[in-house]
Amino acid sequence: MLALLAKRLVQSALILLGVAAITFVLLYALPADPAVLLAGRSATAQTVANIRHQLGLDQPLLVQFWHYLGNLLQGDLGRSFTQKTDVAPLILARLPATLTLMAAGIAMELVIGVSLGILAALRRGGLVDRLVMSLSFVGVSTPQFLVALLLLYVFAATLGWFPMSGYGTAAHIVLPAATLGILGAGWYARIVRSSMIDVLNQDYVRTARAKGLSRRRIVLRHALPNAILPAIAMIGIDIGQFMSGVVVVEAVYGWPGIGQLAWQAIQQVDIPIIMGVTLVSAAAIVIGNLVADLTAPLIDPRIRAG
Amino acid sequence: MTLTPRPTPALALPAPVLEVAHLTVDARTPAGLSRVLEDVSFALRPGETLCLAGESGSGKSVTSLAIMGLLPKASLRVTGGAIRLDGRDLVGLPERAMRRLRGGEIGMIFQEPMTSLNPVMTIRDQLTEAIRVHQGAEDALARARAMLEAVHISDPARRLGQYPHELSGGMRQRVMIAMALSCRPKVLIADEPTTALDVTVQAQILKLMRELKGEFGTSIILITHDMGVVAEMADRVAVMKAGRIVEQADVVPLFTAPREAYTRELLAAVPRLGARAGTDGPPRVTPLPTRFETGGENEAGEETVLSVHNLSVSYGGARNLFGRRGEAQRAVEGVSFALKRGRTLGLVGESGSGKSTTGKAALGLIPFTGEVVLDGTAIAGLSPRAMRPLRRAAQMIFQDPYASLDPRMSVGAAIAEPLVIHGIGNRAERRERVAALLRRVGLTADHATRYPHEFSGGQRQRICIARALALEPKLIVADESVAALDVSVRARVLDLMLELQETMGLAYLFISHDMAVIEKMSHEVAVMRAGRLVEYGTRRAIFEAPHEAYTRELIAAVPMPDPTRRHLAEAG
Repeated sequence: MLALLAKRLVQSALILLGVAAITFVLLYALPADPAVLLAGRSATAQTVANIRHQLGLDQPLLVQFWHYLGNLLQGDLGRSFTQKTDVAPLILARLPATLTLMAAGIAMELVIGVSLGILAALRRGGLVDRLVMSLSFVGVSTPQFLVALLLLYVFAATLGWFPMSGYGTAAHIVLPAATLGILGAGWYARIVRSSMIDVLNQDYVRTARAKGLSRRRIVLRHALPNAILPAIAMIGIDIGQFMSGVVVVEAVYGWPGIGQLAWQAIQQVDIPIIMGVTLVSAAAIVIGNLVADLTAPLIDPRIRAG
Repeated sequence: MTLTPRPTPALALPAPVLEVAHLTVDARTPAGLSRVLEDVSFALRPGETLCLAGESGSGKSVTSLAIMGLLPKASLRVTGGAIRLDGRDLVGLPERAMRRLRGGEIGMIFQEPMTSLNPVMTIRDQLTEAIRVHQGAEDALARARAMLEAVHISDPARRLGQYPHELSGGMRQRVMIAMALSCRPKVLIADEPTTALDVTVQAQILKLMRELKGEFGTSIILITHDMGVVAEMADRVAVMKAGRIVEQADVVPLFTAPREAYTRELLAAVPRLGARAGTDGPPRVTPLPTRFETGGENEAGEETVLSVHNLSVSYGGARNLFGRRGEAQRAVEGVSFALKRGRTLGLVGESGSGKSTTGKAALGLIPFTGEVVLDGTAIAGLSPRAMRPLRRAAQMIFQDPYASLDPRMSVGAAIAEPLVIHGIGNRAERRERVAALLRRVGLTADHATRYPHEFSGGQRQRICIARALALEPKLIVADESVAALDVSVRARVLDLMLELQETMGLAYLFISHDMAVIEKMSHEVAVMRAGRLVEYGTRRAIFEAPHEAYTRELIAAVPMPDPTRRHLAEAG
């Protein structure tokens, strides 16, 4: 187990290094020149050159990357071009908001998705099943901003149950988390449904029935722990997709997280912030996968044995 | 032939524990209702073992599921008759009442011990659960432990904390039995309980069931296709065919004087260990009238088709982060044998003994070390291109005739494919040849345009044989080729293989776990265990005077289809 963890940590570090390198190259290959943007429209060529020198942008790409990596190892993500402050504290200050939103969103999609998936599997071929499957299809194919706007219109503007935007109370988190959760739930419902149907046909479920157990106990105690495994693996895969949803949702609901930070930074070509947010997101994805991989053995002793 | 009437049951017999009367089950199909069970009646008396015997599709398992109230609701329904447990009719009993009976009054064990236990629950949880549900929580753990002791599992205290994957197949079936008997049911239904187990393990489980029957006073319904198991275990036998009971009798009269033609056929098809004693080769089979043009002479010669020397196969451990391999597992070690034209080498052993791996390595299908000479050419290290002509010399037939034919390829195309790959003949010639091959294996030429799903298991295995014959091989590796077939079908496929050998001079490397089949087919026999050859010699020497204790153990563990010669459950 420890060996697995060590192996996965080394892999994670390599993945993050790769992400850093690719992002770095892509950002500097952009046609937009941050120095020109910073200097303003009326700046002379000399001013632009000065700014470029100041930011270190006149050095060869490899040298820049080397410096960046060196700083990164010390926890320094560089200075924002536009906000003139260090990137690391900037991200750290906004991280709790994003993590809260993510946790709420994932919880929501799991609760909705898993319960609908079980329900559909138990009523396979019936009305409930068809309804759940159609809904999940709508769920996975609707763009996030549309869901966000619909929820805002119905529950905030019309019914007034939840605030339009902002951050701070429990009421604030409901709509953004629901936006993320509704979309993800469709995937989970489908995965859990098919794995549940599969598990319900397994010999050990027949054994459980032959023991005279109640249907409820068979489903929750015998089938669910087996059926949930693919959904857990899905969390790891899905978390990248989920991060991109977070950016949209934070923008729509004015949620002060790193998604919003990234959104602003992209418009201003604030490379250090974009780099920082990308790396933090990549780290989140890697950690999410790690957690998913470490959760599965907790449920399934066969994985524990390796 | 005169039939003496059976004595009718005396009035003094105790009342049956379980009585099935005129049970009828229908299946809902797109085409309407179709009958699955018709007028099935039998009575199970206290302490009795009743065997439901029959081939696949005869309705044995449906009968047991109907008794348990576990028929899949969507497709199967009891449409007539009664199932009485202690006089109380179970048909139409509400689910809640039925649940109390399941596991409480009627226990059940299944064929697949490997998959019948929940993989994510400990043995303790699965055992105590049944006890708690039916008899309350107190001392459930102590009773679970006592049950594990009763089924003679080694180290019962430790097993409680383990998960199913940490137990062998035999141990899992012991756990299943412990679970089924933990609430002291009146009836135990055992559906093919030993079919998936190795023969030595089967012997232990059968013995255990016999012992527990005495200890717990349970009546047993034993469902099996294996007439050897029937002979070992049954007090009474009901022979089923196509949803009906064709004959029902006490075990000895059933075996010694079967009344129905079907029972006689079934018994005749069972290969009997020792049937070939005193002979050197397999039985001679009269060739089919349709002669087949063969390349060379037909009689067994001195030409060695396959010789294997010091063969080893290892499966490497997984590569770690830095690409280094973990410790390799030896699957086969130091195996040597030789096979001549027109002869059969039977490779026998229990699961995991390395017999299939040996077969694959002998055809160069997997990497190996050692020397393999196939049709005069050493194949070690040959490139795929250099291997190609040799592939014509040796073909393989697998266990599962359902999985080894592409469902989207017509039978003709499947048989012609090897010819196409090796660039033999033009389209018309290939069609001719496919037709001849189909006739050769007992099918007809117009079968070529049909698809695999239109054929039965036995017919599919014939198709697989035709495909293997297409390239006129000298050697066929038959890997458990008849294991998935019913006894009567199996007997016909084996006869076909013998007849092909006789007329075409084929050499067989015949891989099987079934001692009786090996005895029937082989000239020489090699016994494998844990990757090594334990004993290798002529069939006569191995079966009539085995040197090794393991070989003797294997032979002794085979159930005999003769109830007057019971030896497994009663010995020791």
